[in-house]
Amino acid sequence: MQETPINYLPILIQCVFAAAFVALMLFLSAIVGPKRHSGIKDANFECGIQSYGNARIPFSVKYFIVAILFVLFDVEVIFLYPWAVNFRELGFIGLWKMLLFMGTLLIGFFYIIKKKALDWE
Amino acid sequence: METALIIKLVLILVIFGITMFIALYSTFAERIIAAYFQDRVGPNRAGPLGLLQPLADGVKMFTKEDFIPNTPNKWLFIVGPGIAMSTALMTSAVIPWGKSLDLFGLHIDLQVADVNIAMLYVFGVVSIGVYGIMIGGWASNNKYSLLGAVRASSQMISYEVAMGLSIIAVLMLVGSLSLRDIAEKQSNFIDWTGKFPYFSWIVFKQPLAFLVFLICSFAETNRTPFDLPECEAELIGGYHTEYSSMKLGFFLFAEYVNMFISSTIIATLFFGGYNYPFYDTVATAAGLNAAAILGVVVLFAKIFFFIFFFMWVRWTLPRFRYDQLMNLGWKILIPLSILNIIITGVVILLTN
Repeated sequence: MQETPINYLPILIQCVFAAAFVALMLFLSAIVGPKRHSGIKDANFECGIQSYGNARIPFSVKYFIVAILFVLFDVEVIFLYPWAVNFRELGFIGLWKMLLFMGTLLIGFFYIIKKKALDWE
Repeated sequence: METALIIKLVLILVIFGITMFIALYSTFAERIIAAYFQDRVGPNRAGPLGLLQPLADGVKMFTKEDFIPNTPNKWLFIVGPGIAMSTALMTSAVIPWGKSLDLFGLHIDLQVADVNIAMLYVFGVVSIGVYGIMIGGWASNNKYSLLGAVRASSQMISYEVAMGLSIIAVLMLVGSLSLRDIAEKQSNFIDWTGKFPYFSWIVFKQPLAFLVFLICSFAETNRTPFDLPECEAELIGGYHTEYSSMKLGFFLFAEYVNMFISSTIIATLFFGGYNYPFYDTVATAAGLNAAAILGVVVLFAKIFFFIFFFMWVRWTLPRFRYDQLMNLGWKILIPLSILNIIITGVVILLTN
């Protein structure tokens, strides 16, 4: 398999095509449909009860913790990809090194669980 | 060079058409299957056997009022569903749909782009999909939408970690990120080349990775039992509460396109893709082109089975509670995938 930038051209074409299709459909449906506005209709629908304030409210910090942990773990996952592809060439030495890496990761993981960062009760 | 590009363009258009068609009729199949599971008849009025129902739905949705609520982020409100839909349509570029065809003196690879980072590309595009939901829900300026969007993104990123880890064992086995290489590695059904014959499909070598990947793909597509972002009972409709017309249509449609793409990737990674038993016999008897076309048919049969499986699970399992969902993702699936990587590594090195 030859790897040249030209191989990626079809992917670019498909991405442009997908974005153009979506934009066109959104544009057309915006033209086709009727348009009627009123103050009450434009208000947000929150179960039919009059809504108080806007939606820029503080929400549970747990979600932010999950986001931070995701960044940490996803970087580790991406580190593992090149190792996995070259796994057979690296042999037992490579496996040991990766076990060391994974062990460090698992200590952190254990710490997160012990700190109850992932408990939602 | 020009002919090659034209072939690719035609292939992109054909795949687009097929994706749209399957996603459209998945909505119909979902309703028919739901009806059978609940002992009803289902939609049967529009056209013969109700077969025109998805078109009627599409036209209805298209001509509805394109409503934008009172929000300070009108631009993001439109961009959200756009991202959700376009990322759903981008992934199919790296999937191998079959072996190559030789027609009219042209050599046609049934794959838009055979790049050796295919799996990374898939994961990259899937992660962008989270933005669509998060931006859409946040820009709606609705508390329920915000909660739905936050739940959706936190669920999707949690399961993305487990999904990425489960694939690593497969990569160790194949030694390539290219989906074409992964599919070729599973040729035929039984591998006679090793010391003793064994099934060549990866699902027989990596059942644990398959299980984790399957669960994660349910969570990534927001299907039941992981459809907490849009649970009607507590969040009205979740992140798409404020949406109407084609923007709502794109959110719903993106789910079906994603379901189709997930089924394709499951079939390619674990169930041999376009490979089927006795390929060599068919190739010698009927020619390479016929064998390749049969391969495409087989791939689609596998895809349809998995789409059916998605719908089957929807009417079998109840929805998770949020803490159960997070516990499953972080405390069960991630350690399980890491264990699977270690076992796979040791077994591969010992049998080498």
